[in-house]
Amino acid sequence: MKYLTKLAALAVFALVISACTTTKPTETTDTGTTQSGPTAEQLAAQRAAEEARRAAAAEAARIQALLDSTTIYFGYDQDLIDSEYTEMLRLHAERMVAENRSVTLEGHADERGTPEYNLALGERRAKAVAQLLKTFGVSDSQIEVVSFGEESPAMSGHDESSWAKNRRVELNYK
Amino acid sequence: MKRFLAILLMVLAVSPLKAEIEILITEGRDDARPIAIVPFAFEAAGVVAAPPFDFAKIIADDLARSGKFKPTAIADLPQNPSSVEQVDLNLWKTLGVDAVVYGLVKEKSPGIYQVSYDLLDPYNDKAIFDSQIEEGSYALVDQSQHLMLLKDKIVGQDNYRWNAHIAADEIYEALTGERGAFATQIAYVEVDRSQQNPYQLFVSDSDGFGAQRIFSSRMPIMSPAWSPNGQQLAYVTFENGRSEIVRQDLAKAQRDVLASFKGFNSAPTWSPGGSKMAMVLSKDGNPEIYLMDLTTQKLTRLTRHYAIDTEPSWSPDGESIVFTSDRGGRPQIYRVFLDSGETKRVTFEGRYNAGAEFSPDGNSIVMVHQSSKGFHLATQDLSSGAINILTKTNLDESLSIAPNGSMIIYSTVSGRQKVLSTISMDGRFGMPIPSTTGEVKAPAWSPFLN
Repeated sequence: MKYLTKLAALAVFALVISACTTTKPTETTDTGTTQSGPTAEQLAAQRAAEEARRAAAAEAARIQALLDSTTIYFGYDQDLIDSEYTEMLRLHAERMVAENRSVTLEGHADERGTPEYNLALGERRAKAVAQLLKTFGVSDSQIEVVSFGEESPAMSGHDESSWAKNRRVELNYK
Repeated sequence: MKRFLAILLMVLAVSPLKAEIEILITEGRDDARPIAIVPFAFEAAGVVAAPPFDFAKIIADDLARSGKFKPTAIADLPQNPSSVEQVDLNLWKTLGVDAVVYGLVKEKSPGIYQVSYDLLDPYNDKAIFDSQIEEGSYALVDQSQHLMLLKDKIVGQDNYRWNAHIAADEIYEALTGERGAFATQIAYVEVDRSQQNPYQLFVSDSDGFGAQRIFSSRMPIMSPAWSPNGQQLAYVTFENGRSEIVRQDLAKAQRDVLASFKGFNSAPTWSPGGSKMAMVLSKDGNPEIYLMDLTTQKLTRLTRHYAIDTEPSWSPDGESIVFTSDRGGRPQIYRVFLDSGETKRVTFEGRYNAGAEFSPDGNSIVMVHQSSKGFHLATQDLSSGAINILTKTNLDESLSIAPNGSMIIYSTVSGRQKVLSTISMDGRFGMPIPSTTGEVKAPAWSPFLN
């Protein structure tokens, strides 16, 4: 939670900075009277501020979505982590370090091949994720690795679409 | 056309749930030997009551399941003898069967039966000289010269089915020269998601009857393995959130934990002598095969490689172990000799070979082999290296060989269900075993039990 508060503070800070750099002092006329409506420049500044706010909110939402997603999928008989998961795992690692949280990494395999080999494959996948978390600063004591092999599929079908969902590591906060 | 009609009639005659097995029986191998199993006559003691099970039908079903015999349909039997005096040899020669079984069940007292049955070869009038039948124990008629077996037993209600399997074993051995494996059991895991404890470990007779639940859990159960004396099962349980190896005594229902190390604990398998257990532990960083002395529970590490090493299976002489390793990049079968530690790669054909088990004669292995069509069972001759793909089913795994080496039971996917199936060692005869509830997997065939 502390980490999220920090994220929100960062987002607000970014908003303020962008507002400061794009807003200019309001111009006055010779008569000394203030214009009743905003000038074109003021409108542009407001739009820019609004865009910056939206961008910051979108970025915060994107980061939150990455932190909310806790499953890493793998190729057949593979334990290589696709680069699309790097940022997600970096964010989880930062949260784990910042908040001193521990996780269980649950490794799973699809049903193809033998159950005992798949138990080993599930562990290998979970350990690959553990290794990456460690390179992002998480310590060994914060990670527990458990393999379920092919015994606990996410999808019960016997086809590629189910298998793709079953070759996975689930990251569960304790 | 005749076969098609037979299939159609079978489908019409039986309930849809059982249709699949019946069809496969009619599609049995062409070289199956014709045999007649005559329904046994029944004599009640006082109050008329039928025996608890149809003794002759259990024998006929067992012999049909072996793929080696084709029992005659009851409607096609030319006579129903219950003693050797009643046998008309010419009728059986005309029918063209290799052998005839008939018998008599007498109720001695409630729940106690005297069961007598004979096996007879209609063509061989010297059969009795090759049999173990004692002189003077049979009727002095010409037909008696054709007798191969002459049995007379007292059977209780509780072991009635079991004794029918023993009779099938006797008949199978008399006709093939190979010991029968019908009076054996199968351990397996059933997953029934409607239950509070969906994962259930069962032990049933080899034909699937008499299933008894010996353990159930909210969490997965894997890899049941029999002790060589048939009295204990080892298996992997996740009941504490991660894999552990436990040993359970079947008669006393006692359990003890054998391995609960850091990492995973898997693939237990007893040595042929029963004093050791091979198992796979990842406690030292990655999966390695260990031998546990079951008296001291001391571990000896057998493999030393950063790759996956798993699925050990002992050779029948206990001197070597085959296992799966991906040390060459893909899962393949390797063999390690225990005295020297020498390790040799065994399989070279195919991208994926795993889960091997020695045949009881030690001359070949059966394994899961990936072909272009999927995952099938295959045998490999250990001296020639020749591979023979046995199954047409896909996603085959968890094979277990009958103690006489005649059949293999394994787990496969049929339709959308995970089911058990059997296949003969030569791949010529197989059939699925339908499940009534949930998915069934991880079968393990018991050793000989008597």
